[in-house]
Amino acid sequence: MATQTATLPKEQLLDWYHQIVLIRKFENMCDALYAEKRITGVYMHLYSGHEATGVGALAAITPEDHVITAYRDHGIALARGVDPKAVMAEMMGKRTGTSGGKGGSMHLASREHNFWGGYAIVGGHLPLATGIALKVKYMGEPNVVISFVGDGATNNGYFHEAVNLAAVWDLPVVWIIENNLVGMGTRVEEASGQPDLVKRAIAYGMKEGPRVDGQDVVAVYEAVKEAVEYARATGPVLMESLTYRYQGHGVSDRQYSAREDLKSELEIWQQRDPIIVLRSRLTKRFKNIEPELERIEEEADRIVAEAVEFAEQSPAPGYEDLIANVYVE
Amino acid sequence: MATKNLPMREALRQALREEMQRDERVFIMGEEVGKWHGTHRVTQGLYEEFGARRVRDTPISEMAIAGAAVGAAMAGLRPVAELMTINFAFLSLDAMINHAAKIHYMFNGQFTVPLVYRAATGWGNQATATHSHMPEPIFAHFPGMYVGVPSNAYDAKGMLKAAIRDENPVLFTETIALYPKPSPVPDEEYVLPIGKADIKRQGGDVTIVTYARGVEWSLQAADMLAKEGVEVEIVDMRWLRPLDMEPVFESFKKTNRCVVVEESLPMFSFGSEIAAQLQEAAFDYMDAPIKRVSAMDVPLPYAAEIELMALPNAQKIVDAVRGVL
Ligand SMILES: Cc1ncc(C[n+]2csc(CCOP(=O)(O)OP(=O)(O)O)c2C)c(N)n1
Repeated sequence: MATQTATLPKEQLLDWYHQIVLIRKFENMCDALYAEKRITGVYMHLYSGHEATGVGALAAITPEDHVITAYRDHGIALARGVDPKAVMAEMMGKRTGTSGGKGGSMHLASREHNFWGGYAIVGGHLPLATGIALKVKYMGEPNVVISFVGDGATNNGYFHEAVNLAAVWDLPVVWIIENNLVGMGTRVEEASGQPDLVKRAIAYGMKEGPRVDGQDVVAVYEAVKEAVEYARATGPVLMESLTYRYQGHGVSDRQYSAREDLKSELEIWQQRDPIIVLRSRLTKRFKNIEPELERIEEEADRIVAEAVEFAEQSPAPGYEDLIANVYVE
Repeated sequence: MATKNLPMREALRQALREEMQRDERVFIMGEEVGKWHGTHRVTQGLYEEFGARRVRDTPISEMAIAGAAVGAAMAGLRPVAELMTINFAFLSLDAMINHAAKIHYMFNGQFTVPLVYRAATGWGNQATATHSHMPEPIFAHFPGMYVGVPSNAYDAKGMLKAAIRDENPVLFTETIALYPKPSPVPDEEYVLPIGKADIKRQGGDVTIVTYARGVEWSLQAADMLAKEGVEVEIVDMRWLRPLDMEPVFESFKKTNRCVVVEESLPMFSFGSEIAAQLQEAAFDYMDAPIKRVSAMDVPLPYAAEIELMALPNAQKIVDAVRGVL
């Protein structure tokens, strides 16, 4: 695999740099807008810290493949290529948002990107992933489903039933556990009898994938690429990406940052921030690349600013939206 | 009697603490109830006070929380199982309905299931469709489990203590918007009986039947209506099961008019039940059709503007009362 890394084209690495930086800046903007009450509501879970997982994983599949996740979904939507304007408009509850302002932060989705949505009931999306993969196999399509899942979510019944069923039917799903060490506040080792989560694959008789360094987009990409190949040819894979959330569980609880023990843990993880890790890969391999990286960062600032402007100028939904789409008419 | 003004979350915490001190079999379990202090901070400090044996953090495992509570209760403990929010109780539904509510009957009284399921509830704050439920009537549909729905700090404390002491399973839901609201709570211990409604305001013109946050909206509406010279009587049911209809009948016989206010959905609802019972028991006293003020019959959307359109409020209650006069 090491040889592969060295030969990854520059454009690809720069594209990942762009995506990771864009997500980080987008999330920082969401945080700032929330503080100013320009984004409102009780739930918003930022992807900061996780970027390399979403970007690396989605780089390993095609637009015809499928993606589904939980509520920590902004970064997944952006990495899948959903327009940041539509994502920001959804954050602000506007009619131009990905879900017309009816879904909000936790429920982004884009049918045209085969991004089947973010789901706020822990574990609830997992059997949906199984079902989407069933359709793929049923119709003899060559595609795979990537289903992200939190470490905490591996402990409710949805996980067991969905993953087992995918194994029984040999469905093309890559389950990527985004292991950020905690649920809301309960740590993996306090919540899981077997904290080496990827080992559960053995019990389901499915392929045990790797525990990959989730701070390194290249490592994630290569691991997911291999898992995707296996899933396309053979059946489901369970793998883990080890990462860390930077801004607590969500806006509804900020007690996280107040805890000293967690603060020092955060600092350790931030030393291996996805941006730092990729930047150092780039600067080591390519001489004088800094100006290019700076241009990418400025470009990301511009995209985020435009997204905010678009969202703020967009109309709010009205009564007709409130009553629309309860049923298929 | 000396009282203190306490927010509902603190009154609930007092109830939990007092019952845990009184009875060693009482324990708490649920997601983030211990070291994280509870998502809505009701259990704050209890882990430090009672330790990990009595305040038990669980994995995110709603089926197991609800089902293990049944087993523990059958075997002699007194679980207070927190479901974080009522939205997640849908994952627990089978254990709650098929087991907690039925075991005493199904095994002909051999077992009792003295547990309390606590859950935060309520619509709003852009929590969106999956996190905006007030589904208590679903649970009250089934015989075998009591359902408590307090409207203020004082009631909440006395009702929760009764729930913990009762031999039957109880679903006890706490409206999130009411957690910070204070009301006078006596320093002395008190327990409020299960299944007893309460008149929150007296009046002779129209009876409002409601519960939980509906009481607050109804009280606001009552003030607005009083300025027009209309006096409403507000019956706070406090429990959906057992459902205490006597005070409703009494009030209705006086006012001959009724508006039901519910934060929940209108179809197959609390409002439907109250209206049906009133027409069966007090048809001869009815001077106007019974009106309901409910949430709109849609899933709740995220955008604040349209979310608020879908929810009840004082003005909608005022309009409904005018409509039956
Ligand atoms: C069924 C259900 N139970 C509980 C919750 C409340 N809740 C929301 S997120 C969360 C923690 C999930 O942790 P994890 O799966 O590790 O994902 P992360 O937030 O770390 O990305 C909990 C308990 C919920 N939304 N749904």
